[in-house]
Amino acid sequence: MSERRPQIAVIVFPGSNDDRDAAWALHALGADPVLVWHGEPELPEVAGVILPGGFSYGDYLRCGAIARFAPAMEAVGRFAADGGPVLGICNGFQILCEAGLLPGVLRANRSLEFICRDTRVRVERADTKLTSRCTVGQTLTIPVKHGEGSWYADDELYAELVALDQIVLRYEDNPSGSMHDVAGVCNREGNVVGLMPHPEHAVDPLLGPADGTFVIASLVDAAREREQALV
Amino acid sequence: MLVRPKVGILDPQGQAVEGSLRQLGFAVGAARVGRVVDLELEATDAASARAEVERMCEQLLANPLIESFEIELVDA
Repeated sequence: MSERRPQIAVIVFPGSNDDRDAAWALHALGADPVLVWHGEPELPEVAGVILPGGFSYGDYLRCGAIARFAPAMEAVGRFAADGGPVLGICNGFQILCEAGLLPGVLRANRSLEFICRDTRVRVERADTKLTSRCTVGQTLTIPVKHGEGSWYADDELYAELVALDQIVLRYEDNPSGSMHDVAGVCNREGNVVGLMPHPEHAVDPLLGPADGTFVIASLVDAAREREQALV
Repeated sequence: MLVRPKVGILDPQGQAVEGSLRQLGFAVGAARVGRVVDLELEATDAASARAEVERMCEQLLANPLIESFEIELVDA
């Protein structure tokens, strides 16, 4: 018997360009993706959300700074506050930070270059809703492609995040100069996770490493659980 | 509004500018690169204009984690 496909929203901003890859990966891993335009004030009936990669609003001002004011982001904020699983990938991570849903900020890579290559990230938390398929200490090979992925928090904020165990992924081969090798963080509750690597680009072994499956499938699991809990 | 990286925060753009200026033979110290936002605004007095622009900087134009801002008011 096949399991029910949970509905998961992929928010589409002007300038998003990984929205359809995210939808493709969700479909491949057992979910029904629903593309939601950023101007929508409400989310449809979904049990999970992806904020995809890209260059929302042309990255004007700062990455994610304008997208955070989109009507759909208010709905995403309510969904997150209700415990719904939210995954921000690359530009989606930048938006979540600017929106205050995740701690820190993403800045220009230390090299000032756009970096596009596979990276190795170590899993630090396997008990968030977006990493439940992983194990702590596991290394995932997932590509990055960004110019502004260098995560930053001041010492005080970083110490707080370590104390609260909010660092989810760290690079083993830091490509961006990200502070303390941070590649992904979560909110306190563990239902909102942002990461710079692109798990949606790494779900089909035909195209290279498929370790992104661990992240996307965790989201699908969390969405399925949420749907069942709401029935 | 002048928005720029806070003092003490690594500024790769500033470092690149600094390196290039040194290469040209200028004996410069640390450079920081920011941005200027010119804004037309109607207000009854300078204090209320400044207060409103401060709110703009805090909510959108600067990210307080990494950037500081300065405001200069000019009569049109």
